[in-house]
This record gives sequence, structure tokens and C-alpha cells, in this order.
Amino acid sequence: MKSASFDYVRPDTLDAVCSCLASHPDARIIAGGQSLVPMLAMRLARPSLVIDIAHIDGLSAIRDDNDALVIGAMVRQAAALSDPLVATHLPLLAKALTHVGHPPTRARGTVGGSLVHADPSAEIPLVAVTLGASLRMRDAGEDVEFNAEEFFIGPMLTMIPPTACLFEICFRKPTSAYVGTGFHEIAARRSDYALAAAAAHIEADDAGIVQDLRLAIGGISDFPQRLPIDVHIDLSACKTNLDSNLTTAIDAALDGIDVVEDMHASASYRRRVAAELARRAVDDALSEIAQDLS
Amino acid sequence: MVHDMGPKPMRDKKYRFLSQPRRVVEDRRFVAGKGHYIADYDHADMAHVALMPCHLPAARIDAIDASAALAMPGVIDVVTGAELAAAIDPLMNGLDTPKVRRYPLAVGQVRYAGEWVCAVIAESRAIAEDAIEHIRLETTALPFVLDPEQALRDDSPLVHPDHNSNVLLDKKFVWGPVDDDFSAADHQLNFCVTWGRNSTVPIETFGVVAEWNAWEQMLDIRASVQMPKYADQIARALGLAGNQVRVHYDIDVGGSYGVKRGIKHAVLIGYLARKLHRPVRLIEDRLENMRAGDAHGPERKFDVSVAFDKDGTVRSMKMRALDNAGAYAGRAPFQLGKPIGAIVGPYRIGSVAYQAISVTTNKAAQEAVRGFGQAPTNYALETAMDRVAAFLDMDRLALRQHNFIKTDEFPYLIPSGSTYDSGDYHTVIDKVMAAADYPKLVATCNQLRKDGMMAGIGIATCLEPSGGNSSFEPLLNESNQTTTWMESCQINIDALGTVTARIHTTSSGQGHETLVSTVIGEILGIDPDSIRVVRPNSLESLPGNSPVGSRMAIMLGGAAARAAEKLKAKIIAIAAHHLQCDATSIDYQGGAMLSANGRHITWDDIIESAHRQIHRLPDGMDPGLASFDIMQVPTGGDLPKDGKVHMYPCYSFEFHLVLVAFDPIIGKPEIRSYTIGHDCGTVINPAIVSGMTYGGIAHGIGAALLEEFAYDESGQLMTQSFLDYLMPSSHEVPDIQLVKHCTPSPHTVFGQKGSGESGYLGAPAAISSAINHAVAGLDISFDKLPIRMSVISDKIAATTHHRSDSE
Amino acid sequence: MNITIDINGKDVSAAIEPRVTLLDFVRDVAGLKGTHAGCEHGVCGACTVLLDGEAVRSCLILAAQAEGSQITTIEAVDGTARQPGELSVIQDAFCEAHGLQCGYCTPGMVLAAKTLLQHNPTPSREQVREAISGNMCRCTGYVQIIDAIMLAAERLQGRNQPADGA
Repeated sequence: MKSASFDYVRPDTLDAVCSCLASHPDARIIAGGQSLVPMLAMRLARPSLVIDIAHIDGLSAIRDDNDALVIGAMVRQAAALSDPLVATHLPLLAKALTHVGHPPTRARGTVGGSLVHADPSAEIPLVAVTLGASLRMRDAGEDVEFNAEEFFIGPMLTMIPPTACLFEICFRKPTSAYVGTGFHEIAARRSDYALAAAAAHIEADDAGIVQDLRLAIGGISDFPQRLPIDVHIDLSACKTNLDSNLTTAIDAALDGIDVVEDMHASASYRRRVAAELARRAVDDALSEIAQDLS
Repeated sequence: MVHDMGPKPMRDKKYRFLSQPRRVVEDRRFVAGKGHYIADYDHADMAHVALMPCHLPAARIDAIDASAALAMPGVIDVVTGAELAAAIDPLMNGLDTPKVRRYPLAVGQVRYAGEWVCAVIAESRAIAEDAIEHIRLETTALPFVLDPEQALRDDSPLVHPDHNSNVLLDKKFVWGPVDDDFSAADHQLNFCVTWGRNSTVPIETFGVVAEWNAWEQMLDIRASVQMPKYADQIARALGLAGNQVRVHYDIDVGGSYGVKRGIKHAVLIGYLARKLHRPVRLIEDRLENMRAGDAHGPERKFDVSVAFDKDGTVRSMKMRALDNAGAYAGRAPFQLGKPIGAIVGPYRIGSVAYQAISVTTNKAAQEAVRGFGQAPTNYALETAMDRVAAFLDMDRLALRQHNFIKTDEFPYLIPSGSTYDSGDYHTVIDKVMAAADYPKLVATCNQLRKDGMMAGIGIATCLEPSGGNSSFEPLLNESNQTTTWMESCQINIDALGTVTARIHTTSSGQGHETLVSTVIGEILGIDPDSIRVVRPNSLESLPGNSPVGSRMAIMLGGAAARAAEKLKAKIIAIAAHHLQCDATSIDYQGGAMLSANGRHITWDDIIESAHRQIHRLPDGMDPGLASFDIMQVPTGGDLPKDGKVHMYPCYSFEFHLVLVAFDPIIGKPEIRSYTIGHDCGTVINPAIVSGMTYGGIAHGIGAALLEEFAYDESGQLMTQSFLDYLMPSSHEVPDIQLVKHCTPSPHTVFGQKGSGESGYLGAPAAISSAINHAVAGLDISFDKLPIRMSVISDKIAATTHHRSDSE
Repeated sequence: MNITIDINGKDVSAAIEPRVTLLDFVRDVAGLKGTHAGCEHGVCGACTVLLDGEAVRSCLILAAQAEGSQITTIEAVDGTARQPGELSVIQDAFCEAHGLQCGYCTPGMVLAAKTLLQHNPTPSREQVREAISGNMCRCTGYVQIIDAIMLAAERLQGRNQPADGA
């Protein structure tokens, strides 16, 4: 399984990357290569030019921007997983990263690469959608930004302009002191691409009233999607009816999603499991907040 | 005819080296990355091959235009099936089906999606793959069939029209008074289970390098192969004399577990080497391997009826086994035949009717897989026992114990003609139950259920026939009159007194060098680590039949033992001559031998006499210290008679006890506890046997839960890579408790039985048993392997809906 | 293109096509055959090498991407301190526990073990299981591999040498 031939360049700047993309419409950017190289090997991708962005300054840093955490596109998944800033400010991402591939793929795979590759079952896009991350890219000399919730439009399909290069991802830090997260994924084997995954990020005020409930599912449709949940949750009060209200809301939200089917799992399975994982993710998040409050 | 085994079995002594925990000598080179695999073999001037597939399940080949490819720099040649068919004979068929012709490349017609239609030869593999994209293939799609029941129908498309049928084999056997036993029995039940198409998929793909030396008229073959009579088959196909083909056995094989037969590859590459007068190399990439290599295994539907009494006695069984061979015969049909040698498993079932049907469809051809059909058959048999127990509301284990052949009933003749050598099934059960703390396991299972999980205990009690007598071939094909199934070993003690043994096979991790050096060391009383084992090429070798059918402990161990005994006898004779006493009064202790009157002679003295001092040897004795042995399989040698034949000599036994739990919505089975009781007679090297057993269980977990070569309705293989063909990682194989027992075989020199297929033969049955036990209360069952999470969850959910509907 | 890669402490230079993977470079250009091709699409782990000390899949790295990094293959798993024929502690533990059969996945397993034990000298069985979860083995069922790595951890703990000499 040898790739088809391609040329290779190693630009120093983002603008140089964009120029290459402009002059070679079928060029592909290589970041970590963990998703691109198998496609090259199977000749599913046949770019005439591969652009290696590993040597561009500033793409590999994680930056604390006061009200946001900014992760460079070339930050390796392993680096993000072990970074204390991520652990502190983006616990959902930290949880999700343990499910991403295996240690050898996390050593090379990048946060940005996973986002742009946009596999419907991938964990990092799901987290980005859940948190409404901003994807910043350079295109023809200008900085362009997309919200993750609009960025993914199909399997391996994103809004990224053909001449653009993602350079960083901005995750807004939680505004509340009471934050809970939950991440659940099911795959045929641990660390396979998910058959279904759910990510929850919940913020509550000091009184225990949930102010922001962000829930998204992945692996069951063409791209990760938010599940709008409009349930009043007061963690200081008793929990009767909370579970059934949430369950109803989750099921209703899932109704609107076109669920895929393949040899590994039926649509009915994916839908059923997504609902269950969503419940568990929300439950985990609420439990974390309840713990902090007590 | 029972073959004379020669020296008296050495079962009662405690062994010095045999059965002792000793390192496996091969491991040293592998941990250092110094294995010598086929892809490591470099030759200047080597040409590289890539194979062009056609992705239609059935199509007529109208035209192949390789002109653009041939014009590319670095492309040496493009060969089609038409060219091959004109130059070589079709590959051998084991059955009498001359119109089912198979060549390494598709000839005139494509018969499965992914079948190779051209071979491209180029200066590098990458260039060969580039060239494939410039070959124009014109085809006309033809009707195709994928389902074996459909393939049997009169209106089915024919995979080989000249054969006039899709049936390769349809043979019915009736052993014993089946109809009478069914009439007399209290009860009967019927069921159907299906073993999905999977196989053992080694991490190393198949590879072969062929070199033709026109000056010596010699074809050298190096391959990652596990194939009996490999050189013979290549010679026949290419029209060469037997001594014009030289297979090099010193290639390390990166796993095979049955599949790497490599005939079509070697014939193709051998042909190319002779045509191009350059060494030619084919290393399958993973896509070539999965789609069209020696990769697929049995795909078998069992329709089973069992007749039993209310006390649990299983009197009789009818089994229809329909196997989907794929587009060519391969070894598939015979994988229906081997299980005949253990068709009743460990049970005293008095009569059996067995129908073996092998059909062609437009899927890839099957190759031999670990167990050669025994694992699927055990799955069907064990399902039968579980169903009978459920019917009678009897404990599943008690039912089995009631039906087991008892220790004192061996040797035990089963209805299909094989005689089981020995066994102690009840003791193995007892040991496992104690080791696994069965009451605690049951309590754990119950607690899991209370906590809302589905949980079940699975059991499987199975035999591993071992020794490799292929009498199923004449049984299924009367024109095949083969009764010899041999193995050989040569030993030389050199002038410096060191021992070198020669074995005549490749190995793929079974530790044959360790096996042989341990056996020889035990007999000659010298440190096995001082014994070197080498692998000459096929022209320097004596006959053998490769590590198949769990045979090498018995056969290679046997031949090595007999060759060593011959040497020992000569050494003793020399000693007796020196010490002027009777050979019987020599006390042999390896390095120093004593006579009755306290005089001794050393190993070095013996060597000196043998190599340099003929005047000190007994009259008429030849110099040197060398021996060889060619051994026939014990108890073998008979042709079938009246549809019965004795097959393998030795029968190992295994008892699997597993606890599986899963969330009813998620449906993902987790193995919470795994205990296996294993009895393979005397163990030559414990670590090798335990390793094999754990590995076999891992294969079994894959077959039960994860692995399938799945085709969609348009005949496309959906599982072409490791992204979709899911194999167990370290997370999917639990820690396993191995409980050992030893019931020696009367047929082998140390009492050893085979263990190359252990674990795999019973694990799928045990896991299926556990999952079905877990859902028994819901009145549903899972009848097809692999049992996927999605199917489990969907089926459980359907019962809930049914329930709530009726509430 | 001309590239130079530091492999086992030695610079290896060649003119190669950009499409050449690090795996192919290691095997065909540097001539080191201990790193194996199993699937060439990043699932089986037989191609594992160390890149700047971390286990990676060499079939998923273009050789060009490896310029500037230090590549360690199984042939130099314990650095250059040892003589040919001498096994490292981890390698010896694999032999002791028979944590292999055909040997094809073994170099990858040894390197995964080395990486694990550098980060975590006292792993639990579960942590070992996780560390090798990206390396497929079809022979052993992993049980004796895990035994081997636990044994290696125990033996390394008993020595006064840094894990680097593993």
C-alpha cells in the first residue's frame, strides 16, 4: 500500500501554506499524519502536493488568554492530554483525549488535524462542537474564524475554505465556578472510532441552578451535533423528575437526527446508545457540580 | 493397522528437561528484531510484484490493455490470467472437480470482488502499484450469488458454469442406527447456528521470493508459508521435476495459524521468475491479503437435530453442515471432513448422520484455518448440549458430565470410525470448578444481574484432535488413496561432540527448535540448549507435512525421539564394546556412562571412537554418529471403509468456563472471568503450550464477538482492512486462568498430544454459551457468530417493546 | 528529495521520493529489518519505532517528516551500551516469560514496553494492558506479554540503573 506520488514542501509561514494551497488546488496539509497517511496509503487521497506545517512557529503552543484557552493546531494530542492548563480549564477535552486512538497515535496526531479531518466518530470534533470552540484559520492573508457548531457539515466535510490553514482553536473558559463535564463513548473495541459518543459540559451558579447545559453527540450521524436541552435544573433541590425530564428532552432532541447505519451497528442501536450515553454524560457532569456544591 | 511405535513410552519417569519450565530458544532472535522474515530477504536485481484486482463479484473479462502501464519507466512486465493458463496447469484440487479450475489470476472470468486479474512486475512495489492504475480492464458484469442456500438452488448463477453446479461436495454419512435412535428417544430438538466467515489473520501477510537459475535449472523459493508438500505442488503446477524446486525452510513465518498456503502466489511468482530471469518478490499488502489472499476461513451453517432421553442421555445427532467455500475449492471442502474425526465431541453419542455440503459462491476462496473446521463444529455441538440442558431444565455441566466418555472407556471408538486414545474429562472439570471457585462465579453472576446487568456463565467442553492424519481426504474423495502422513528428523553428532538436528519445515511461532532440542536432549541426556536445530532446504530434507493438524509435538517430537533413540543405541553399543560388557548393563547418563563393574567411558571417548577410531568400534559398525527417522502418524494407515475411517491419533481436551457481562442497552460483552482446563497429555515445553492456549482463546474471542469477512449485497467485501476487520487488542482478551491436567496418550513416546489449536476450538462456543445464558430469561438467543453489540442490544430492546406492548 | 534522518544515533542520508514512509526508510534505506510492516495503515503497531523517545507508528510518518528527530529502532532499544548478542532487561524478560511466539509484533511490543516503563516504572497489569493496546498480537493472546512487561518492571526496579539502560 504505497501512496501515489506527490511533492512535499515544508513552508515556514502560514501565508506560504496558503499560497501553496492556492497554486495547488489538490494539495493536502499534513499535520500529525495519523489520518492522512492511511488515506494516502490506500490511495483514497491523491494530492499532488503535501504541505508539512510542523515547522511553522506558534502552532504548537497552548496559550492561556485569560478568558479562553487557545490551543495551537499542531499541538499533539498527547501534549494536550498531559497539559495542566487543559486539565484545569478544559476537563471535557482531557476526558475525551483518553479515548482518542492509542498512545503511539496520540504522540503524533494533532488537535487541529483531527478537527479538519472531521471523521464523524472522532472525539475532538465532538468536544469542539460541545464547547462551541472557535476555529481560527488563515486564508489568503486574512484570519478567518468559524464556530465549531457550524464548521462540520458532513462526513469528512467541513466549511474550511480550500485555501485556508487552521492555526489555532480557541476554547472559551467556563464563566462559572461550578463546572461539570461528562464524556462517554462506545466502540467495538476500546479506542476504536466511536459507534456513539456523548459529551456534556454544564455550568451552574452558586445556588446550584444550571446556567449552561451543553450536550452533543457524535458517531451516530454525519457530523457531531448539539442536542438542545431546555430543562430547568436546580441541583440544590431534590432530583425527582429530573431524570425523566432529561430523558424525555434527550430523546426528543435525538429524534431530529438522521442516524447512520453500517456493518458495525444499526441505526436503532446508535440511537438507543446515544440516548443512554447522553444521559450518563449529563449525569456525570451534574454529579461533579453537586459534589462541588456540597 | 496400528503402526508400531518402537521404543517403550517413557511416561513414568520425572523428566530432566521435558515438561520443565525452560526458555524457548527461538525467542532470543525475535526480541532483538533479528528474525529472518520473507520481507527481510534482499536480493540484488529483485523485481517487485503488485496485483490488480477487479472489484466486481462476477464478470466476464473482455479485454485487458496494459500498454500504458508497460510504457511507464520501471515497469518490467504485466501478466494476465490468459497468459498463465496457456503456460501452466490449474492448481490442484483436493476433490474430484476438474471443471472447477483455479489459477493464480482470474482466467476469462472474475469470480469474486477483489480477485487478482493481473500481476504487474516493476523495479519497486510503488511503481508496480502506480502501473496498476494505468491498466484498462474491460468487463461485463455477470449475475452473482453470495448466499450458500441460494447457491444450491437450480436457478442460482453458477460460479463455474462448466461444472454445471455450485456444489463442490455433497456427501451424506450415516454412522450407526440414527433413525432407530431418534424413534426410541424421549425427545428431539432442532436448531440452526451459523459460524460467520472469519479467520486467523496473521500480522505478517504472505510473501514469496522466487529465483530461477537457468544454469542449474533450479527454482529457489523462499516464503512465509505453512503448507504441506509445498515444493511438490509448485513443481507440479509449473511442470518442473521435483528436484528442480528448492524451498528454503529457514524463513521465519510471522504467524500463520493455518492460512498461509501460498500455492497460487508461489506458482505465479515462480512462473514470473522463470519468464523474466530475475528474482521476483511478492509481499502481499494488507488489501491484497484481505480481499484475495489466503485469508478467509469457514463460513458454515449448521442444521442440527439431537435425540435425547429425559435423563439427559444424548442418543443420536443429525448434522447438516453447509459451508460457503467461495469462488474456488481451496481447502474449504476438507474443513468439513476433518471434524468427522471428533464428530461427537467428548460425548458418548451412539449414532450420527452427517451431511457435508460445500458450495461455491462469488466470495473469496477459503483457506485452511486453525482447527480445520473443528472450531465451528464444536460451536454447533456445544450449542446442542446447552439447548438439551435448557429443554430438560438440567444443569448444563451436569448434562455434559452425564454424557462424557469415562476415563476407563478409552480407547473409545466413535461412530464415524475414529478411536479416541485417552482422556479424563471428569477430572479436568473438577479441577477447573475448584480453581475458578464455581459457586463464587455463580454468586458474582447473580449479583451482576441484580445490579441490572445481563450476565451469563458460558461453558464448553471440546476435543482437539491432534496428529494430523489426513484420512478425511480419501473419505471425501475416493480417488484420493493417500494413507501416509509422515514427519522426519535428522541428527548428527559432529567430531567435536556437539549435536545438530535438522527439521524439515518452516515454523510460525510454535517453538519447534525448542521442541526438538528438548526431546533430543531428554533422550541423549544432554542440555537441550547445547543442541542446535537447523532447517535445511527441501532438497536437503526428508519428507514431512508441515505443522498442521496440531501434529508437531506428536510427529516432529516422535521423529526426533526415534532418531535420538537410534543414536543412543549406537552410543551404548560403542560403550559396551569398549567396556567389554553387555549393552543392557550400561547405565547411560549422558556425559558419562557406567558399566556394571564401575568403569566408565565419557561422551568425548565415544565421539573420538565414532569419528576417528574405527579400530575401536564393534565389527561391522559404520563410523560417525548420525541418524534419521521418518515416522508415519501413529494409528494411521487405513483407507476409509463403508464411510468410516480412523483419523487423528491423539485427542486433547479443553474445558472453558467464562463469565460474561454486558449492559442491556450498550450490549458490549465483557469477559469478567476466564478459566480453561487443558489436557494435552505430556507437555514438552509448558510456556509454549500455555502461550498457544492463550493465543487460541484470543482468536476465539475474535471469532465470537468481533471478526467477520463481511460482504454487502452487491458482493463487495466491507472488511478490507484492519479498520473494519476488528481483531482483539489487549483490552479484549482478559487474564486467563489455565488449569492443567495430563492424561498421556498411549500412542506417543512421552505421552504427548497436540496443542497447536488449543483455546480456539472451544472459546467461541463458550462465549456464545455465556451470552445466551445471560439472555435466556428473555426467551431470545443468538445463533450467529460473531455476536455483535448492536445485535445484542437490538434483540433485547425488541423484547422490551414486545413486553410493554402487551402490558 | 534528499533527506537525512538520525537513526539509532547515526545519520542516514538518501535521495528518496516524498511518499516514502519512515517505515520503508528504516527498512530499505537504513537496512534495519527489525521494524515490521503489518498493515501499513496504522492499526497493528508492528512498525513501532521511537521518535524522540516516544513510541510511534512508522508507517504513518513520512520519512521527510522525521528529519530533525531521533529515531530509535529495536536494533538499538537499549542504546549502544550493549554488545551484539546481549539482551536488555526488557528483552530478557520477554524471553523469560515467553511473551512472544512468531516474533513479528515483538519489536513493537518491546518498544511500547520501554516507553511505558520510562514514564511509569511501576505499572499495574491494567496500565500495561493499556500501554500495549495499540500493538496487535495474533499469537499470544497478550497474557504472557503482560507477564513479561510486569517482570521487566520488577527487575528494573531492582537495579540501580536508570530506565534508559533498559
